[in-house]
Amino acid sequence: MIEPIAKPRRKNPLLRTRLPTSPPRARSRASHGFTRAAAEGRFMLQRCGACATFCYPARDACPSCLSADLVFTDAPRRGTLLCGTMLHVPADVHFRERAPWRVGLVAMECGPTVVAHLHADCEEGQPVVMSLQLDKSGQAVAFAHPERETPNMADDRQWREMTAEPKFRRVLVTNGRSIVGQETVAALKAAGASIVFVGIAEPWKPFRGEDALRALEGVEIVPLDIGDEKSVADLAADIGGKVDILVNTTEHVRAGGLLDRQGTSIVRDEIDQSYLGFVHLAQAFGPAMRMRGSDGVNSAAAWVNILSVYALANWPVFGAYSASQAACLSLSHSLRAELRPGGIKVVNVFTGPLDIEWFQTVPPPKVAPRVVASSIVSALKRGLEDVFVGDVAEDIRQRLAANPKAVERELGT
Amino acid sequence: MQSSIRTPYDRVVMAVPVTIPYVRYSIESAQWWIGRALKALVDGAGITPRDIDGFCVSSFTAGLDSGIGLTQHFGLCVRWIDTIPLGGASAIAALRRAARAVQAGDARMVACVAGDTYHVDSFRYTLENFSRFNQDAVYPYGAGGANASFALIARNYMRTFGAQREDFGKIAVAQRSNALRNPHALMKTPLTIEQYMSARPIAEPLHLFDCVMPCAGAEAFLVMGEDVAASLNLPAAKILATIERHNAFGDDPVQVRGGWAVDIDELYAMAGVKPDDLDVVQTYDDYPVISMMQFEDLGFCRKGEGPDFVRQHDLTIDGSFPHNTSGGQLSVGQAGAGGAYLGVVEALRQVLRLAGPTQVKDARIGLASGFGMINYDRGLASGAAILAGPGA
Repeated sequence: MIEPIAKPRRKNPLLRTRLPTSPPRARSRASHGFTRAAAEGRFMLQRCGACATFCYPARDACPSCLSADLVFTDAPRRGTLLCGTMLHVPADVHFRERAPWRVGLVAMECGPTVVAHLHADCEEGQPVVMSLQLDKSGQAVAFAHPERETPNMADDRQWREMTAEPKFRRVLVTNGRSIVGQETVAALKAAGASIVFVGIAEPWKPFRGEDALRALEGVEIVPLDIGDEKSVADLAADIGGKVDILVNTTEHVRAGGLLDRQGTSIVRDEIDQSYLGFVHLAQAFGPAMRMRGSDGVNSAAAWVNILSVYALANWPVFGAYSASQAACLSLSHSLRAELRPGGIKVVNVFTGPLDIEWFQTVPPPKVAPRVVASSIVSALKRGLEDVFVGDVAEDIRQRLAANPKAVERELGT
Repeated sequence: MQSSIRTPYDRVVMAVPVTIPYVRYSIESAQWWIGRALKALVDGAGITPRDIDGFCVSSFTAGLDSGIGLTQHFGLCVRWIDTIPLGGASAIAALRRAARAVQAGDARMVACVAGDTYHVDSFRYTLENFSRFNQDAVYPYGAGGANASFALIARNYMRTFGAQREDFGKIAVAQRSNALRNPHALMKTPLTIEQYMSARPIAEPLHLFDCVMPCAGAEAFLVMGEDVAASLNLPAAKILATIERHNAFGDDPVQVRGGWAVDIDELYAMAGVKPDDLDVVQTYDDYPVISMMQFEDLGFCRKGEGPDFVRQHDLTIDGSFPHNTSGGQLSVGQAGAGGAYLGVVEALRQVLRLAGPTQVKDARIGLASGFGMINYDRGLASGAAILAGPGA
């Protein structure tokens, strides 16, 4: 049984901040099939197309029939913990400073035996449920959970290393004017975040939902205009050392592509708000977060971007907006790589058109802001990296996997 | 006992057991250690390097060098060469290949050598670069080398067959007592069962004295024709039988047996001896649980009776079942691939009556085994050989 974790006390400014260390990162190319699955919270194993054998670890030929037709497939998650061990003297620095660390051998019902990190409530000889997680190196690892919910399950020490659990963490939501921003604040508070800083540009301008936001306990409104480099830097100077999770809720949506616009002023605004705003935030908050990846219960843990799914495939009706989102997506991959030494996750939440004013003319289905907010919290709790929210986003994801050229043609008509 | 159809190793012998005394850390290279072993072989046989026309080498730390690069390094001109990367099974494999090469006339005299250095950071480097499955599916889980894998195997073995920590302790304590008679053993202080039991945990159920100490060192022997050994006046041992098996019992969910169990009947049939006829046994002992598993798989007792077998025997040099008489890797140290050779070289010494302070009285027939390569969740490589000294 897990003891609930205690709310961390105020940090002693005289103590040195422990620097993050990475678990081993090297993987074979085939093994990144697990990385893809873990990023989306799926449990996949290689399965032979010729003889249907599931195998593990990742191979380039089937150990039953030597076929090369090994495909990563969603696989049954159940298994039995055969035996476990508590590692007291691991070889590398990362695990050594986290010792004792528990791992075990799990016999999957579908066949293979998997070495896995163990939730503390897993018992030898008992059923377990498996997931693939991204560890602090950003690579996939297998994690075994008890079959049934146990008390304080999410407070398991090893599980918390795999996730960006909001409980007792401090969050910056960059734009509290938007409905998505306000819903995100509420969802994070409900998930146990100790404080949520909410950025508001030009605070003297009133906005819808302001009273409700100000009434929330543990919510602090801070001045932040992410298009303004100095504003971002000023805020980082103030709270940069205590932002454990950053959720970029910037929302700058304008319709139109290229030919129906005169000049570049609208495009420039889009770039300023979305792309350069992201750059400002990353440069101001990224370095401190990367340093604080191992800073106790409320270590820095995650950076969340809300992106249009049209970052992946341009929708000419919102063509310039799609392009600005694509730029942000590309930048997020750079940020992901640069934050990796700190073990900070970069979570991209892809949505279809939101049910907000700027998509007024777009027919349903549209995504309710509350659903975006709950998806963010769920992604943090589960330690995901790529999340597709709503039917349109899921539709685009599947169609892109099938035939990207078809998506381009069909979005362009 | 089934009869063997394999060609016996007629007129092929082993000679010149060599151990270059181990050190915990060495600033020298693996090449240096291998070079010392070759020199000791040449001196011990009274030959020159030109007389060596076959070369078989194993090393984890020789960096970019395989056997071929080493021929130039050491000035060897050979007509037969092998580099064996089988970890703890390398010595048995080397013996098998060299013996057949000599028997077929492909080589006249083969030097079989394993040598490894141990720098302050070599162990981690070896771990990180061990194998693809290890890199993908073991090392990212905090596994401290093979400790985690063997902890899981030991834990399952204890649960399944009722072995107690004390049983593993008896193996370790007996080997320490043997090691105290071996001037080359790195462990020089006595070990009691109380000390074994109260040692700090490494990867439960493994504690400190279940684990080998990695170190630098080298081991070697020569394989040649009987006539060549006679012309050099070298004491030589016959190779009665060998076996080798890799990736056996892949369907066992956790390893409870090694490849020996597949071929054990053939080993004794080829040798024409029974387990009772053996005077001395050297198992591969990177952890006591693996030695216990070998007592079963090598035919000294049935599967699951390993714990009882240990309880009923005295495993020291003068005991009822002289085992790992040099002290084994647990008390001598594990010099990388040299660990594979330690038991084979000691068995050779024993049957040649050259073991000095660790000599088992009247030892004539000895068995040595090898085990290695924890690629993922189990040891894949296994082998064994039965040797007979003069007059056996």
